[in-house]
Amino acid sequence: MIKFLNPSYVFKISGKLLNLFKTILIPLVIIGLVFSLFLSPEDYIQGDSVRIMYIHVPAAWISLFSFAAISFFCILNFLFKLKNVTLIYKSLAPIGLTFNIVAVVTGSLWGQPTWGTWWAWDARLTSMLVLMFFYIAFIFSYKFVSNPDRSIKACTLISVLGLINIVIIKYSVEWWSTLHQPASISLTNETTVHFSMLIPLGLMVFALFMYVAVIFLMKYRIETIRIKKKGIKNYEL
Amino acid sequence: MLLKKVKIRLSILLALSVLSVLAIFLLFKVLEDNVLYFYSPSEIKNSDEINLKKRIRIGGIVKQGSIQSSERDIKFIVTDTKNEIIVSYSGTVPALFAEGKGVVAEGNLKDKKFFVAKRILAKHDENYMPPEVEESLNINAK
Repeated sequence: MIKFLNPSYVFKISGKLLNLFKTILIPLVIIGLVFSLFLSPEDYIQGDSVRIMYIHVPAAWISLFSFAAISFFCILNFLFKLKNVTLIYKSLAPIGLTFNIVAVVTGSLWGQPTWGTWWAWDARLTSMLVLMFFYIAFIFSYKFVSNPDRSIKACTLISVLGLINIVIIKYSVEWWSTLHQPASISLTNETTVHFSMLIPLGLMVFALFMYVAVIFLMKYRIETIRIKKKGIKNYEL
Repeated sequence: MLLKKVKIRLSILLALSVLSVLAIFLLFKVLEDNVLYFYSPSEIKNSDEINLKKRIRIGGIVKQGSIQSSERDIKFIVTDTKNEIIVSYSGTVPALFAEGKGVVAEGNLKDKKFFVAKRILAKHDENYMPPEVEESLNINAK
């Protein structure tokens, strides 16, 4: 257990993992894009704009998943003062924010031809926008609050509120009437996406999660190097 | 065996969580109506008072065989299978607007049964499938 918390050990392992992920990332993205842009059929009613879904859905999932993850690590840090996990959430938060923006923008591009509007203030869309502000607040509170104790407190508060928002996002389409359609893929109900569209979606989810892993590991290693460099500088002085 | 400090932090966290859930729950309780994007015809029917001046949204399914378009406007019936509202609208409708599909209309009620729309949005459902599958589904349904 101690071994896994040792930054040098993690640094070594993460380098190996990064190389592995990098090699499978490119073929995975190519296969995913070929399936979703060329091999998959059009939708019976939306036509080609269904292809936006293959980016939109993974991006939305990633933004929800990574907020849950950063909240978890932030709360862990708050409870047990594990300094090393700050690196994890610092490396993951910007990726989550990026995919949140991707989800909102692609959703908007899909909304215009399908619904007839770029934006609607319904519960799902609004709660996704709120998540974006939570991400920004989270990033600000570790970047611009110099006192680490205060920074953790601020992050924890945002995490708790943000996690409630995650639940709201998930159930918004069931609790209230929204313009956004209910979930097509769920663990309890039957999936309402046809098999021929489910394959490219699955591939894109896999490819984009791999991309997140690669960017995360790269960022994690950079943060580690930054800390080490700081240590060396202090030592020299 | 938790350290005392951790215990204190854990109780702070739990108290914070409970308070936040409570606060957000109350917030949504107050906002109740505003969180809904549209009302269904049944909700309109069951509401005690209707404000004819207030711009609202109603939504449901466009009833089969109910679309009548003339030069001036287009009329159709929005239904939630229990109750119906007649909607009149002049302007272009989105490409996905069709009978048997979901729709959201924004505008004013004239009375509980008649609605004048200023804007029409098509609502997409959670089904995704290629055209061939949809055709065979229709054949099977018949």
